[in-house]
Amino acid sequence: MKRVYPDKDYCIGCHICELACLTAHSKSKDLILAYTVERGSEGLSSCKRVHEGGPTCVALSCRHCDEPACVAACISGALQKDSETGRTTYDREKCVGCWSCLMACPFGAIARHPLENKIVKCDLCADRPGGPACVAACPNQALKQEER
Amino acid sequence: MSGTKRKAHEDAMTYVIIGNGVASIGAIEGIRRHDQKGKIVVIGAEDAAAYGRPLISYLLAGKIGVNQLALRGDEYYAKNNVELKLGTTVTGIDTAKKAVTTDKGDTIAFDRLLIATGGIPFIPPIPGVQGEDIYSFTTLAHAQTLIELSAKIKRAVVIGGGLIGLKAAESLHDRGVAVTILELAPRILSAGFDEKAGALAANRLKNVGIQVNCGVTAKEIQRDEKGRVKGVLLTDGRFLETEVVVVAIGVVPHSAIAKDAGIKVERGIMVDEKLMTSAKDVYAAGDVAQAMDQLSGEHRVVPIWPNAYNQGYASGRNMAGAKEPYQGGLPMNSISFYGLPTISVGVVNPPEGDETFEVVAILDEAKETYRKLVFRDEKLVGYVLVGDIDKAGMFTAFIKFEMALGADAKDKLINAGPEVFLWPEKLFDETWNPAPAKAAR
Repeated sequence: MKRVYPDKDYCIGCHICELACLTAHSKSKDLILAYTVERGSEGLSSCKRVHEGGPTCVALSCRHCDEPACVAACISGALQKDSETGRTTYDREKCVGCWSCLMACPFGAIARHPLENKIVKCDLCADRPGGPACVAACPNQALKQEER
Repeated sequence: MSGTKRKAHEDAMTYVIIGNGVASIGAIEGIRRHDQKGKIVVIGAEDAAAYGRPLISYLLAGKIGVNQLALRGDEYYAKNNVELKLGTTVTGIDTAKKAVTTDKGDTIAFDRLLIATGGIPFIPPIPGVQGEDIYSFTTLAHAQTLIELSAKIKRAVVIGGGLIGLKAAESLHDRGVAVTILELAPRILSAGFDEKAGALAANRLKNVGIQVNCGVTAKEIQRDEKGRVKGVLLTDGRFLETEVVVVAIGVVPHSAIAKDAGIKVERGIMVDEKLMTSAKDVYAAGDVAQAMDQLSGEHRVVPIWPNAYNQGYASGRNMAGAKEPYQGGLPMNSISFYGLPTISVGVVNPPEGDETFEVVAILDEAKETYRKLVFRDEKLVGYVLVGDIDKAGMFTAFIKFEMALGADAKDKLINAGPEVFLWPEKLFDETWNPAPAKAAR
């Protein structure tokens, strides 16, 4: 499957991927409304997070592992591996907010939703025709979606 | 080996799985990753398809409905070509003839067998414990019984202050029952958490009105002339009136069937690195298995959810012929008490006086946050987080990947928290931006 690979040598820490992610997962699909309104009212958050260590930065999110630790830990079946697409899928309705996935994922790719007992996790922009918004938005091609 | 391979190609393998919990789901997924053709038969004693067992406390608390319990979708078993025999108990295993018998009178032949029968509640020999009004809390049926009961009763005593006992207490409290918890140890959550984390959790429970009594347990359960429970006499001499007692001391491996078949059982069913038991082609996984622990290298029974799935998965892929050993279990628990989240991973209570361990702990009682890191040989081997749990997974990485920490990295881990740039370069690259041939999946 095609995964999103971040290259820390090219990342300039601009956070545009986070904003693109925010917009792609918003109701309005509008950057300004997503940031100024939905972030506060809905707890809308980015699945992608830019990590900074001194001069180096890198934008990380769910790796969609072949054998995901989050799926093993999930007590409700909300997180599952889709054997056809390879995606690690999240069913928000099934999630009870036990945080087992957050504990088990060694890649720190799962966050708590700011307002509800739910999680925030990359879905590879499953419903977006052009693929992941973060990859499309990255100004320096530090994010690549490829088969490796 | 060549015989096995030939068989797999000519006519499909038959995998029989005894048990229908999460280890069984893991096994189905492990098998199907390597073998799409083989026949899988799952024999489950309970009437429901695999459900999120820890969800029974959410059900009892009224937070979710029965329709939200299923661990996988309706089409799951059909899609994975699994024959599901529910409400069926296996009565015997013949390891020589490679067949199991059931209480329905069937004999089912297998090429590979997985015993994933889980645990059964441990009932201590307290006088009066046998008889009516005594309940366990490990199955959907138990939860349904307690839901019906909670409308009729005013008081309940829960024996055991571990995860199951506390969740039973919390859920019964939410149903309007006055609950008292008895815990023999000096603190609740003594197995997976430490004193300070236990105290923060206990405070949350006390604040909502649940009675928490530590260092004390039931000496005798007293009954009236009709045999109904009227109260519990405690080891400190007190008497608590109650209509119901929930026994939640813990679970023990449900291994009788393996023992009867001559399979090696210590505390649980002994398994090797492929999760195979002492009997060829017979595997075991989950709460019934005594499998390798990653950190100690010893074989232990660690009845926790992720281990059960992972062992099921590893046994599945090995039954299907992939030669990938089980990486070993890592104890981990995540549980919230009335909105206070707690997470505990790895070694959290190192043996007292053992100077090979180093513990760094920070408690903020006002904020209800606690962070404890346990190091050994310049590696993180365990942690506890209460309140602020957001970086849990990143801490888990340091334990799981056994990353060696220099003084600088360790200092940063303690003071600034875990960060991906503290990882060794090679691990970082293979994880996040691998060369195509080296991609870690």
